[in-house]
Amino acid sequence: MFNILKLAAKNLMRYRRRTILTSLLITIGIVAVLMFIALSGSFRALMIGQITDSVLGHIQVHKKGYVASIDSLPLTLNMNQKMASNVTEFLDADENIEAWSNRIKFGAMFSNFTETTSIRLNAVDPEKEVATCPLLSGRIIEGQKEGALIEPGKILIPELIAKGLKIKVGDAIVLVATNKDGSVNGNTFVVKGVLEGISGPGGRDGYMHINDARSLLRMSDDEVSEVAIRLKNPEKMQQTFKQMDKYFSEFLNQKGKPVFEVHTWDKLSPFSNIAKMIDMLDVFIKVMLVSIVLISIMNVMLMAVYERIREIGTIAAIGTVPSRILSLFIAEGLLLGILGTVIGTLVSLTTIYIMNKITITFSFGRQENLLLEPSISVMEVLVICSVVILVSVLASLQPAWKASRMDPITALRHF
Amino acid sequence: MSLITASGLCKKYQSGDITVEAIKDATFTIEQGSFVAFVGPSGSGKSTLLNMVGCLDTPSCGNLKVLDTDVSTLSQKEAAIFRGKNIGFVFQDFNLIPVLSAYENIEYPLIMVQDWPAEKRHARVMELLEAVGMADQAQKQPGQLSGGQKQRVAVARALVTQSQLVLADEPTANLDSNTAHKVIDLMKEMREKFGTTFIFSTHDAKVMAEAEITFTLVDGEIVNKSKEGAHV
Repeated sequence: MFNILKLAAKNLMRYRRRTILTSLLITIGIVAVLMFIALSGSFRALMIGQITDSVLGHIQVHKKGYVASIDSLPLTLNMNQKMASNVTEFLDADENIEAWSNRIKFGAMFSNFTETTSIRLNAVDPEKEVATCPLLSGRIIEGQKEGALIEPGKILIPELIAKGLKIKVGDAIVLVATNKDGSVNGNTFVVKGVLEGISGPGGRDGYMHINDARSLLRMSDDEVSEVAIRLKNPEKMQQTFKQMDKYFSEFLNQKGKPVFEVHTWDKLSPFSNIAKMIDMLDVFIKVMLVSIVLISIMNVMLMAVYERIREIGTIAAIGTVPSRILSLFIAEGLLLGILGTVIGTLVSLTTIYIMNKITITFSFGRQENLLLEPSISVMEVLVICSVVILVSVLASLQPAWKASRMDPITALRHF
Repeated sequence: MSLITASGLCKKYQSGDITVEAIKDATFTIEQGSFVAFVGPSGSGKSTLLNMVGCLDTPSCGNLKVLDTDVSTLSQKEAAIFRGKNIGFVFQDFNLIPVLSAYENIEYPLIMVQDWPAEKRHARVMELLEAVGMADQAQKQPGQLSGGQKQRVAVARALVTQSQLVLADEPTANLDSNTAHKVIDLMKEMREKFGTTFIFSTHDAKVMAEAEITFTLVDGEIVNKSKEGAHV
């Protein structure tokens, strides 16, 4: 085999320029794919991390029908205390769950005594919320980040309202809300901080203490709008989701219909569509690479066979069996593929290393200075390299087969 | 012992609606260690006969035995294995592999055809390079060699596998007369040294005079067999 590879290498060097150009094409393809995967993967992971770790959590549990009406934040679709207990009992017992946070979500009128606007609010238990969404504190752009996320009597307001109503940390504001029975109530709060807005649902909501919300909404029961859940291993999200969905689907109302609904973050955020598009682009660019390798190597090998017909006739005449001739041409395609793959992988990994060293930031929506940290897994690199090398061999098969089946007399007569 | 036995051998081609008989009823035997020439004008059937003897082509009728093997029934793979084991070839255009040195061209059949171990290979290639007087040109590529030198390398390649039979189709056609004689002399020398049977085709009168046995072909028929000038 070594001798066949050696001979194949010599044959490739016979058409040095063509070999270099074909390898270059494969190199460019490999670099494009690996860099795209590394960059899009970094962007995807960053955005998903922002969404799950500062707003949504990985999985959420609601009362059935809540998500369909989530835009109106319906208090009538809150889980009652018993339902919420059923959820939290399960979560406390599940070893895959790192943290969970009960939330009351509602809309209110927000006033600084001179101007009024509407606001969407998440009322949370600060410790549980920070454990579930650890990046939430990092979004405080004005006010104290350290200590408890929010104390009773205080409120974290979104950046847009702070700017629009010219509100500063320490200012007093009034919240007026209607509860599910239709009665209106108002309370005064002190602004504890201003939150940076991020893309996606809940990215421009204010935060307050859950007890304040219960008081403002005059709740007699410990109702909950949603339970946000953080997993120990996000990679196991689908598996955990299926277990939870199965468990909660067994809770039925008097009509025999399920009372809970469970959703993963991607069913709640429009960013999942962008993530899907990135995945589709990923597939598209991989198909492009395979096509480039297939066509370029097949073209080169067909030309090689055509140009060496007499030589093929000679080696066949002196007794080289067809399988050896086949191996020789496949080895040439294999070496071409390996050459392009090795150079392409080295160039890509070096570029990824340099990009991580020089720290590149970018903006997405209203978020600025997001740090781009391109990375690619060893497995992904291995899979792509293996596919390219396999395609190189497949592309050589037809020309190699043609060469091995050539009639020696016809080949020797060829000019 | 006869190395080659042919009886009633014929080869027919279909050219459109016309059947062309390239070889007609050829019957001959060739003994081991002979130095034989197939002679005749262009189109007389010399190359066709050589191709059949060399298992590159199959006869349309008749019997052909080479080394006691009925070669007319061999498959493509069996014929390749038979050639690789028993027959060496020398071509009019030398047909050396351009990317390989003289040494590597001679070594090629030992790697790709017969799987010789490296140490044995080196000794055998060096023996042949010495025998054809090309030891000092071993590392040169075919492009750096003269026509005569190329044909010496080709003869060495044909003999390297210890084949019992070497077929040479017009081996001197692309050489000047002086070099042509040297190549024929070399082939004779190799016959003496290794006991190999040489069969070559030619239409050059000077070259055919060098053969011990000459078969003259006209329009696909063997019209004459002569032994060192005498008709047989």
